[in-house]
Amino acid sequence: MLNKTFSFPEKKSVFFKQFNLELEKIGLNSLGIVTIISFFIGAVVSIQTAFNFESPIYPKYLIGYATRESLILEFCPTMLALILAGKVGSNIASEIGSMRVTEQIDALEIMGVNSASFLILPKIFATVLFFPILIILSITIGLIGGWVGCQTAGITTASFLYGIKYEFNAFYVTYCLIKITVFAFIISSVSSYFGYYTNGGALDVGRSSTKAVVYSSIIVLIFNFLLTDLLLA
Amino acid sequence: MIEINNIHKSFGDNHVLKNISFKFEKGKTNLIIGESGSGKTTLLRILIGLHKIDKGEVLYDGRDFNQLNSKEKRKLRQEIGVLFQKGALYDFMNVEENIMFPLTMFTNQSYEEKIERVNNCLERVNLQNNNTLKISELSGGMIKRVSIARAIVLKPKYLLCDEPNSGLDPKTAIIIDNLIKEISVEDDITTIVNTHDMNSVMEIGDSIAYINNGQISWTGNKEELLQSNNEQLNNFVFASKLFKRLKNI
Repeated sequence: MLNKTFSFPEKKSVFFKQFNLELEKIGLNSLGIVTIISFFIGAVVSIQTAFNFESPIYPKYLIGYATRESLILEFCPTMLALILAGKVGSNIASEIGSMRVTEQIDALEIMGVNSASFLILPKIFATVLFFPILIILSITIGLIGGWVGCQTAGITTASFLYGIKYEFNAFYVTYCLIKITVFAFIISSVSSYFGYYTNGGALDVGRSSTKAVVYSSIIVLIFNFLLTDLLLA
Repeated sequence: MIEINNIHKSFGDNHVLKNISFKFEKGKTNLIIGESGSGKTTLLRILIGLHKIDKGEVLYDGRDFNQLNSKEKRKLRQEIGVLFQKGALYDFMNVEENIMFPLTMFTNQSYEEKIERVNNCLERVNLQNNNTLKISELSGGMIKRVSIARAIVLKPKYLLCDEPNSGLDPKTAIIIDNLIKEISVEDDITTIVNTHDMNSVMEIGDSIAYINNGQISWTGNKEELLQSNNEQLNNFVFASKLFKRLKNI
């Protein structure tokens, strides 16, 4: 299927039209959920860190530092990937699966259109391109959430800001972006696979959708381990 | 003309089609009839290349579909219009975009040329000025008519229809039948209609092939069908009391 998917688009104009549609569906429509989740994760991480660093021997700026490191290294890329596997993955699998059971994919093939390339390639490109943007947004919103959390825990803004700038390692952002790019590819390709090979009726579309989310999530977790071992160990 | 010679197709131990041969003539509506599970949908899917055959040949005006390379197959497919049972319209596009899609994919026409062709096709199926309707807003009959418009937009040489009347009321079914017949004759297209609707058989059956247990057990036209002594065919065609009575008149 990947071989068929990654063949050169038959009509560039059609590909870009589909790509724009997918950017809106997969990317822009995920902005809301990403913003809400990131804000609350950031807030909760900073409150929990503050709770654990109550001892006077720890400087207060460590709360900002720990919040930043948690968000960049793990919470934003991995947790959001799992949430997006649910939202975007099920959307992709059910959309392609419905097209399969209603013979829309057959209609494309009969016309002589490479259905895999036409349907799947724009989705993969859109996720791989837009998920890193979502993650940058997520880290930003998460840090704002962390600042709000610090206010409730009695940490000063100056301490928090000093903490999030303290010992900043730019490679961690690169690591985070590499992870989310790989996760984006996994989510879109695995979900497309289950959708594309759906057989039967409406019930089977539901099953494909569930399988897409479960398998994407498991593969994301495995690759999270492998990439962390490879890039940070 | 489409010709099939000694087509054999099985799924595991289930031999669905057994050495079927038939000629589907140009400018006529060729009907494939048969009971559910008789193999007629499999035959149609073989004709449009969705199933591979175990042996035999499918000739489109002498071109063996299975011997063509992928580029030639792609070109041939653009000469085939297909009307699916449920329409198979792309639900992320509106009526106009659905019909325009093959033109966008396979021609270099300007937008003005494409829209003119789309409007011609819509007029042909009596759906003019419905360009911007969404697929979810269409009735069953409208879906079939938009599907026909999409199938004929590239001016195909062959039109293949899978149960075009399923789910339609008798009046709309006759309209669809007559539309298919009219297009076949006027555009001189080789049309194959897969159906088990006896009204269609009587309305547009220029050439009929009856499939039973994976084999063609009777061929003829609608007039010959009424006179046939083939017991299996009669049991299938005249299954209802009304048709039995009609045959006896």
